[in-house]
Amino acid sequence: MTAALETRALGKRFRRGWALRDCTLTIPDRAIVGLAGPNGAGKSTLLGLAVALLAPSEGEIRVLGRDPREDSGTLADVGYVGQDAPLYRSFTVGDTLEFARRTNARWDAELSSDFLTQLGSHQRVSALSAGDRARLALAVALGKRPSLLLLDEPFARLDPLAGREFLQLLMHGVTETDATVVIASHVIADIERVSDHIVLLSDGCVRLEGKVEDLLASHRLLTGGRRPLGRIGGVREIVRERHSGRQMTLLARLDRPVVDPSWSVDEIGLEELLLFLGLQVEHRPQQVRQTHGVVDAGDKLTNLGSQARG
Amino acid sequence: MGRAAYNGRLMIEFHLDARSGVATYLQIVQQVKEALRLGLLDVGDQLPTVREVVADLAINPNTVAKAYRDLERDGLVVARPGRGTFVASTLATPSLEHHEALRRELETWLAQARQAGLDEESIRALISKTLREALVRQVA
Repeated sequence: MTAALETRALGKRFRRGWALRDCTLTIPDRAIVGLAGPNGAGKSTLLGLAVALLAPSEGEIRVLGRDPREDSGTLADVGYVGQDAPLYRSFTVGDTLEFARRTNARWDAELSSDFLTQLGSHQRVSALSAGDRARLALAVALGKRPSLLLLDEPFARLDPLAGREFLQLLMHGVTETDATVVIASHVIADIERVSDHIVLLSDGCVRLEGKVEDLLASHRLLTGGRRPLGRIGGVREIVRERHSGRQMTLLARLDRPVVDPSWSVDEIGLEELLLFLGLQVEHRPQQVRQTHGVVDAGDKLTNLGSQARG
Repeated sequence: MGRAAYNGRLMIEFHLDARSGVATYLQIVQQVKEALRLGLLDVGDQLPTVREVVADLAINPNTVAKAYRDLERDGLVVARPGRGTFVASTLATPSLEHHEALRRELETWLAQARQAGLDEESIRALISKTLREALVRQVA
């Protein structure tokens, strides 16, 4: 099985410094990947490298098994929607679709029209709402029936209702095309619902990568009275510990279920897991600040990343 | 996108509780099993297609496929390529006929609990605690 997207020690340096460094990851065919991380983490840079808008400073990137800069045919199989759904503002909806039909080798007019039932073809792009612009950009990207679809912050300008509608359309498109999808977003809640894989970037580095199911299954929150920590049966590794007053909370990676009755064991959601790892999540900064007594587990975090890869 | 067809033909519609902490595919599995247990779904009924569920709930098609695979492995449904997923066996027999009598007894009990001054939360807590302990005893 070829990976949809594969990078090895990939790096990109701009004049102001490294935007992406030592990035090694594999995105399997047909996955729906949440590319998470705060603003400036390197998400757009990674997507830009994948569509050959940028050239790597070091390392390697392969898209659908090919080098996107050497094999220009690769891009015919890749759909890409940049930030803020870039479209020609003076075009009408009809012009935009006609343009897309003529500039793509493959064009599925029926599929693209599924997304635009509420739009008249005479409407000008500049007059569309953010939600309708996002729809149109998605219609153009999916109309070429891509094998890989890359979306950069598609939810940034959408209110929750428009965001949900966009997700419904996107999932409809994925079912029709079997495309692998990478959705970059700094808001985890927006991508949590659909992602089966997660790649977390911060400061240009991959912090965590893996199947969401595996990550959630192997992590638990343990809460109990404060005490000196010995071995806890079932726990392979304590990734993070926090204490407040008499209570102690551990983020633990498990080998098997913890049965010790002095700990209360809870499952952890994706957003909470990422928060607990101490990584910034933009819309909830207060929770990061509240954290007391966080043990620096930077090394462990890296382990976590490489573990999840296996 | 298939919403009308959805209501015309299908026996159940899934809903998701994003805050429940239960994995999405498991919520779908549980909802099908519950419908089978209550007799809302019967042998031969068609489940919503992956395409319909995905468009309705805005979830990953792989998640729906995984839920249906789980149900198929348990022998509850069967996938017919190109046609859809159909109920192959039911969980309703033979307990369904007892449901009505049991429900009436439960109602009597609930009236007694309310008379004794328990509010809804206390009732729920008492039921789930009793259920848990009873299940533990069964296992032991």
